[in-house]
Amino acid sequence: MADEVKLFGVWASPYSRRVEVALKLKGVKYEFIEEDLSNKSDLLLKYNPVHKKIPVLLHNGKPIVESLVILEYIDETWKGNPILPHDPYQKAVARFWAKFLDEKCFPALRKAFSSKEDEQEKAIEEASELLKILENELNGKKFFGGDKIGLVDIVANFIGFWLGVIQEAKGEELLLTHKKFPILCKWIDEYVNCSVIKENLPCQR
Amino acid sequence: MAANDVKLLGAWPSPFVMRVRMALKIKAVDYEFLEEKMGSNNDILHKSELLLKSNPVYKKIPVLIHGDKPICESLVIVQYIDEVWTSGSSILPSDPFDRAIARFWAAYIEDKWVPSLRSIGMAESEEAKKAAMEQVEEGLGLLEDAFVKCSKGKNFFSGDQVGYLDITLGCYLGWLKVTEKMNNVKLLDGAKTPGLDKWAERFCSDVAVKDVMPETEKLIEFAKVLFAKLRAASPN
Repeated sequence: MADEVKLFGVWASPYSRRVEVALKLKGVKYEFIEEDLSNKSDLLLKYNPVHKKIPVLLHNGKPIVESLVILEYIDETWKGNPILPHDPYQKAVARFWAKFLDEKCFPALRKAFSSKEDEQEKAIEEASELLKILENELNGKKFFGGDKIGLVDIVANFIGFWLGVIQEAKGEELLLTHKKFPILCKWIDEYVNCSVIKENLPCQR
Repeated sequence: MAANDVKLLGAWPSPFVMRVRMALKIKAVDYEFLEEKMGSNNDILHKSELLLKSNPVYKKIPVLIHGDKPICESLVIVQYIDEVWTSGSSILPSDPFDRAIARFWAAYIEDKWVPSLRSIGMAESEEAKKAAMEQVEEGLGLLEDAFVKCSKGKNFFSGDQVGYLDITLGCYLGWLKVTEKMNNVKLLDGAKTPGLDKWAERFCSDVAVKDVMPETEKLIEFAKVLFAKLRAASPN
């Protein structure tokens, strides 16, 4: 039976892009439906009544919601090119870092870039502390997932791509400098040049 | 497996720790429970060297130490337990879509419902408290629907036996009762959420749960000490 896969998302959303990377990595054909977040479609509201958010993956009519939940679903449904390690301990480590990124890093990074002047220094310091933790975790590895990108690399797309964009838009290297985070910067280079990611980057508008 | 191969760093009042203990009970895994002590003065916990070494990122309980490997974050630990000890009954369902549903509601409980429950205790005005209580009740309404859909007429979210979603939500039943008693209010109301109400009773008396869930009175005593510490720590 042919699979019917649809993805409700937004081109500029890192959460939406994560799911696309995973689907592309697995060679899954899907239809992308761009949502207008200021005017959410009836379908989106029907498939995600609790949060009313993208991304929503629709697989043969069944909706799956929340990007981390979707990534695990994709990995368990389409077995080629695994995103998560096979070993339960390595899997637990990957899940830990994915959660760390979403619950701690991204809110801190957003805060660092959106804080007002008097609060910005503190926000940048807090974000730096968290990036240091990631820097230490990467040490010695090409990707968080080892030789190939895995769950954590996919989830870290905000750092992999969007952080550079934001810094460029602001015209200064506020946070992520080669001097302070050489390993993380090297990871970003590897990340954006990795073919599945490269074909899936939004234009730097 | 020898008991000293599996250690759990935790504390008896913590719902997150309870989740792990319930999972270990379901799988009949022997473990050594290393209790972190209450802190002196205004620290809630006196964090041991082992905790700080095993969870340097968050410095929080629970931490499962299997052999020499530490695993942190309660739901990550529960999934780990499910994947390592495969002879006991499954904690997560086997079908990927059912797993996604369970994970979705677990994320909802962690990210939305638990913070609203906690904010009742931390509320600084009657209005804030009332708003938090309304959020908790609204959440329970959503969870009632989830229960009906997931359980498909059986006793637990997972079906015939206690599973992932039962553990994720159920560990908070003790603290829910504490909040109800301390505020003289009914949040889990059998009239509004009959499915959840009966589920809660079955859950608390289940063999995987009953030795792990503290008595409400004991939790209330602990809560009083805890809130006193928290108030002392944040001068208004």
